[in-house]
Amino acid sequence: MPISDSDPRLDVAHAAGAAAVALRGCWNVQGLSDGAGGARARRRIAALRGALTDCAADASARWDLTRVEALDHVGALMLWQAWGGRRPAHLEMREQHRQLFDNLAAIVHAPAAAARRDLLAPVAAVGAEMLRFLEHLTGFVRLLGQLSLDLARFAARPQAGPWREISANVYRAGAQALGITALVGFLIGIVLSYLSAKQLKQFGADVFIVDLLGVAIIRELGPVLAAILVAGRSGSAMTASLGVMRVTEELDALTVMGIPHGFRLIMPKVLALAVALPLLILWTDAVSLLGGMVAAKIQLDLSIAFFFDALPAAVKIENLWIGLAKGAVFGALIALVSCHFGLRIEPNTESLGRGTTSAVVSSITVVILADAVFAIAFSNVGI
Amino acid sequence: MAATAHSDDYVIEIEGLWTRFGDFVVHRGVDLKVRAGEILALVGGSGSGKTTLLRQMLGLETPHQGSVRVFGQRLDTADTVALRALRNRWGVLFQEGALYSALPVFDNIALPLRELKCFDEALIRDIVHLKLAMVGIEARHAAKMPADLSGGMVKRIALARALALEPELVFLDEPTAGLDPDRSDSFVALIRSLHRELKLTVVMVTHDLDTLFELTTCVAVLADQKVIANAPVREVIAIPHPFIKTFFLGERAQRAIEVIRDYPFVV
Repeated sequence: MPISDSDPRLDVAHAAGAAAVALRGCWNVQGLSDGAGGARARRRIAALRGALTDCAADASARWDLTRVEALDHVGALMLWQAWGGRRPAHLEMREQHRQLFDNLAAIVHAPAAAARRDLLAPVAAVGAEMLRFLEHLTGFVRLLGQLSLDLARFAARPQAGPWREISANVYRAGAQALGITALVGFLIGIVLSYLSAKQLKQFGADVFIVDLLGVAIIRELGPVLAAILVAGRSGSAMTASLGVMRVTEELDALTVMGIPHGFRLIMPKVLALAVALPLLILWTDAVSLLGGMVAAKIQLDLSIAFFFDALPAAVKIENLWIGLAKGAVFGALIALVSCHFGLRIEPNTESLGRGTTSAVVSSITVVILADAVFAIAFSNVGI
Repeated sequence: MAATAHSDDYVIEIEGLWTRFGDFVVHRGVDLKVRAGEILALVGGSGSGKTTLLRQMLGLETPHQGSVRVFGQRLDTADTVALRALRNRWGVLFQEGALYSALPVFDNIALPLRELKCFDEALIRDIVHLKLAMVGIEARHAAKMPADLSGGMVKRIALARALALEPELVFLDEPTAGLDPDRSDSFVALIRSLHRELKLTVVMVTHDLDTLFELTTCVAVLADQKVIANAPVREVIAIPHPFIKTFFLGERAQRAIEVIRDYPFVV
């Protein structure tokens, strides 16, 4: 690229023993960065700074800033840094540029933070993490306590309860999730049935596909599958909506109107999920079994009528009750964990993203933990 | 390379601009020109499309008809490189500041400088501290997060960020909204001194009559879906139009005019 008139440059002439340094071109952000910055501009700036430093090393140099096309704070700062923070002895410039250097002289730096290496930092980090976990735990227990009080209040006067909120949440978390749970459930049913059929065929144990699918789906897969989908779908939505309400001060607005958000926001979400998730599980079970039936029909030529006949004998009814009970517990846990993280969001965008992620990850983890507890507690029921 | 401001040129030229939201026409052939060095205030009733017009000048929205030129460049047909270079020549102060909440104050101001990828950190550090000093923020606040700042400080820091690249043109959306009278006075004084020092062109949207009378060299009035006036505030007041009457000659306005300080403003 040819050198244009507006490119910042230095003219150095040696006259009468002293160097005469004249600045030409645009010494402003636009000129220095070449409009849009980039590597070429960076190299040019580095070269200019090198040249400036060389010239400034000569204390008798005469500086001429009068023929510069444009000069702003950034250009002036480059000179100022080369000069070592003071005006050189011989300096000519236009009146309008004096203010720039006066402003630069007034820069105050924040005292640099002492960058000490702390050998105990890893230990402190573990401790801080521990304390944070404890704090989460106490926060969660407090939320649980508040929920119990709210439930007692609701039970005492059910007609004054937040029915509309509950119904809205059941619709959003339950009815609107029917499509996705059906799709996922159906596909899992097909996959499970297809893979087990291949193994069972080898032993001639074709008919036991009913037992296998029935117990696995109704007792374990249906509840966990639906819970994970709901945690990802409604859990994140709950956290985000509470978080945004915190950011926009809507939670505070509720408080000052005397509307407790535990009773009006959190309890409805917990109750709604505790109701909606068992129903969703019932639905997921049914669709998964349908998928299993279809795959069994294709793979093993097992008639649908036989499947229906054999199912009640193969799977004891207790399994269904366990599955539904799990649903109620999982639902309540997902809502509680999501609300817990939602209420802790700080008013900035990063915290919102982090809170939502933590809510989903934690609620899925809590669901699986609770599932393990169920598996141990009911190990001799229904099988 | 156009690196200098040509003082006689128009910085912004809007011609025959139409904006529609569905069937609702907001702008019906708006014409507006802003000269370099002016402080122009855009006024108009609620829903008259001031903010929309500002967003169109920034290239955030495209008008249905007509053209918007900034520094002689049409925003809707400019390619990305030209637009990028253009955007380095202006700074914007949004109404709520729009500081990046994930970054501390220092990084917020350093961001546009770092994006150019040509200045080293030592230079950037000094520029940031200079900008902070110019808007009257102490250096010890540089490490704070935006969430920990008061509204007035957020506005000042957002202004420092808008000025980080030494722009020739600054857009201010409601610069004094949400500030107490004292703060808003000092903010007006700050913009005035920066305008004088940096030879800025300023375009702002404001409802604040004190700001209008004290700061502007020109007032553009948006009413009847057009710019019905674009002149110094004293001339605008004389125009017999119902909106201008209620806006400038209402009771509130009268009180503001009474205290108007005769500011000998020279561009």
